[in-house]
Amino acid sequence: MTAATIIQSLASGLLMGLLYGLIAVGLALIFGLMDVVNFAHGEFLMIAMYATFFLFAFFAIDPLLAAPLVAAALFVFGAVVYLLIVRFAVRAKANAGMVQIFSTFGLAIVMRGLAQFFFTPDYRSVTHSWLGGKTISISGIFLPVPQLVGALVSIAAFGALYFFINRTDFGRALEATREDAGAVALVGIDKNKVFALGWGLGAALVGLAGAVMAMFFYIYPDVGASFALIAYVTVALGGFGSVFGAFAGGIIVGLVEASTALILPPSLKSVGIYAVYLLVVFIRPRGLFGSI
Amino acid sequence: MDTDFAQRRRRDLIVAACFAVIAALVPLFVKDVYVQNIMVLTLMYAALSQSWNILSGYCGQISLGHALYFGLGAYTTALLFTKFGVLPWFGMLGGGLISAVIAMALGYPCFRLRGHYFVIATIVIAEIALLLFQNWNWAGAALGIDIPVRHDSWLTFQFTRSKLPYFYFALVLACVAWLVTWWLEDSKWGYWWRAVKDNPDAAESLGVVVFNSKMGAAAVSAFLTAVGGGFYAQFVSYIDPESVIGFQFSLLMALPAVVGGIGTLWGPVLGAVILIPLTELTRSFIGGSGRGVDLIVYGTLIVAISLARPEGLVGLFARRRKETAR
Repeated sequence: MTAATIIQSLASGLLMGLLYGLIAVGLALIFGLMDVVNFAHGEFLMIAMYATFFLFAFFAIDPLLAAPLVAAALFVFGAVVYLLIVRFAVRAKANAGMVQIFSTFGLAIVMRGLAQFFFTPDYRSVTHSWLGGKTISISGIFLPVPQLVGALVSIAAFGALYFFINRTDFGRALEATREDAGAVALVGIDKNKVFALGWGLGAALVGLAGAVMAMFFYIYPDVGASFALIAYVTVALGGFGSVFGAFAGGIIVGLVEASTALILPPSLKSVGIYAVYLLVVFIRPRGLFGSI
Repeated sequence: MDTDFAQRRRRDLIVAACFAVIAALVPLFVKDVYVQNIMVLTLMYAALSQSWNILSGYCGQISLGHALYFGLGAYTTALLFTKFGVLPWFGMLGGGLISAVIAMALGYPCFRLRGHYFVIATIVIAEIALLLFQNWNWAGAALGIDIPVRHDSWLTFQFTRSKLPYFYFALVLACVAWLVTWWLEDSKWGYWWRAVKDNPDAAESLGVVVFNSKMGAAAVSAFLTAVGGGFYAQFVSYIDPESVIGFQFSLLMALPAVVGGIGTLWGPVLGAVILIPLTELTRSFIGGSGRGVDLIVYGTLIVAISLARPEGLVGLFARRRKETAR
């Protein structure tokens, strides 16, 4: 193992990590807003990837152009999921935690079933896109362009989200609702509207991630499952309640995954991620930047 | 109040005995192997979900990694049998003990975690075990273990001609899990667990040793789950990491309790009796032709029940009972 291979894999790990952060941030946003873990988050990613694929296959729209469209579609989808399912799940008086887990998990199963039904279990891929398969070399380190663009999209999305949460009225409403949903109702903010927009925004972010992922990853009905698990770990590692913890968590997960793959067989690369999660929460039971 | 409770407990025991006797007689009239197979699975899931319910329902420590203990039970039984010729009976017991010890060893650091941090830790630990088993060549790696079938015998607990022995063993397993829960419900442990679930800080200040309570629940729960895993290995005589340790299986194990009523005595049984036949029937009647229709039906049902009846279907019966009592 030379220094070059180490730097090379850490560089790819960093790019992948930024993407993990982008996948996870929607989950973190929704959790921070209303303490709900969306167990269908991976399936949100899956339909975003399919949407990107079909825009490419039927209308020859490049994933890069499709990304905003997919994000918009997922925004609507996320808001609808909140209004039709989650709104009722959070009202449950008994077993609130389990109801949230299993109502969203049930949704995940339905979405996977629908994907199998309409799209078949076949593996699909966006066969040619503007960036697909291209690499650039920076002083001997090769970086795949789709992942590089994905990382830039991720940084831009986090920047925009930071601005949005701290500088806009809706962002302030989001923060206020998060802190005290009851008091917010007294000043005339419709809690349901804020939550629906929060779910829309969270889904739009994972939609963006799905569009980027479609450039270099196979698309099939179960694709969300493995990324969802990484997303939960990413959010928890950063600390629930902290949107920017997800950003840091993503980078750490990406780097740890890449380093594990250097030491252990590639099939065990996730073990490193999981072990680091356990290590962190055993030392800091609320994650790195968590408040809850 | 107290006598009411004692009365309810006595009635529960009688009702359970009646159900067990009726269940034991069913195979005399139902000879269809396909139906018998579904009955075995239903009883197995009732037992597993009952075991899961002890830690997650009564004690409130939601584990979505129980497939770890199921897998350990299945692998211990299968490995001891295929590699060393140890009878599955000892394998199941050994698997149970190993799982109980591991549950406590893992509980030591994990029970400090709360809420989602704990849930994710359980998922992640099971996932690590899954990856290790998938890469462990001696244990068959990702392909798993094929258990050679020699001849029908209670000694080796293998039967090729009839499902009945499996059925009766699964019935015993379900009854034992139910009885353990029934007994624990009115023991000091049962009260401690409910106190820990409702408010750990208040329980601690009243003298409940929260940490030990959780450890006890984890050990009992893991032991019973692992015995179920050993049974499963013998029943299907083929196991692989994904099917016995996978995350999906952890959820499937929890589902009957959630649907029936989490933290209740009858919830897991009721949930299993409804869910498992439904799953199997949708899978065989529409699953084959419709590509995923079974998933759509199943998922819709889970969403509908968890939204409409958050306390579980067992609440339907409790309400009726209260009305007739009036």
